[in-house]
Amino acid sequence: MSDDGLKIGEFEFHSRLFTGTGKYPNLETARKALEASGCDVVTVAIRRVDLTATGADSIMTVLRQGNYTILPNTAGCYTAADAIRTARLAREILDTPLIKLEVIGDEKTLFPDVPATLQAAKTLVNEGFTVLPYFNDDPVAARRLEDLGCAAVMPLAAPIGSGLGVRNPFNIEIIVQHARVPVIVDAGVGTASDAAVAMELGVSGVLMNTAIAGAKDPVRMARAMKAAVQAGRDAFLAGRIERKLYATASSPLKGVIGSDQHGRP
Amino acid sequence: MRLVVNGEERQVGPSTTVKQLLVSLGLADTLVAVERNEEIVPRAQYEHAELHDGDRVEVVHFVGGG
Repeated sequence: MSDDGLKIGEFEFHSRLFTGTGKYPNLETARKALEASGCDVVTVAIRRVDLTATGADSIMTVLRQGNYTILPNTAGCYTAADAIRTARLAREILDTPLIKLEVIGDEKTLFPDVPATLQAAKTLVNEGFTVLPYFNDDPVAARRLEDLGCAAVMPLAAPIGSGLGVRNPFNIEIIVQHARVPVIVDAGVGTASDAAVAMELGVSGVLMNTAIAGAKDPVRMARAMKAAVQAGRDAFLAGRIERKLYATASSPLKGVIGSDQHGRP
Repeated sequence: MRLVVNGEERQVGPSTTVKQLLVSLGLADTLVAVERNEEIVPRAQYEHAELHDGDRVEVVHFVGGG
């Protein structure tokens, strides 16, 4: 079986599981979970340095130990201007064009502000960023983002951190069918089967944080997610059977003992 | 002179550079980005970029996030 890689802009990855680095109980658990997930891409947030903290180890210490591609995000931004400003700071820190664009429109649901996301995406693409926008599972928004030059589109499966799984598989499928850039399901995955379902819909990858970091055993869940993403990808590529209302026997009907010439009991 | 660094007031000596500020904050070897009055100061300019009284400085870094 060939190892089908994933290309986003100028970047190529082997793993289709993207992981966040927030909410881990401690850095050592984060390190082990990231390793167990087999991920290539990890997301980080940009925040003010706590000037009262005393040189504590940061997530970057962990990330430097592995060979990860850092995907900075604009999480916590509620306006296009703040997201653009955050993206520029991220690029200054690491000299990377990659940015996971998030412009949040509502505190309770953390659903995106799509017009503001489009506005920020336009500016960032023009400034040479490789933009991966988080947005609703809306096929029209996906097309707009793609038309603006985003390198991938990242529809949510369900609200961030909700663990509800893929709430609208049909919309995700429509987005996948029309997209000319990779589709990464971002947010909402709760457990391994959710990740597999997303991958079976034909998306190019899944990005998750809470599902792993918030599990009772994050390292084990990371391993489960790795297997689920691979299984879902393989199942998609293998081409599943059609759903049928009635049974079709798996064993030959002919030659069952005591049957008549038509195979009836 | 008086600066506002990450939202908090700080007193520093006259003509303090960005580099000197980062050293005094213990961040000389940390991966950070610096904004002065909402304009990014490129790393290559830290040594020569002088701060002025009343400047608002933001020093940011990467933290765990999703």
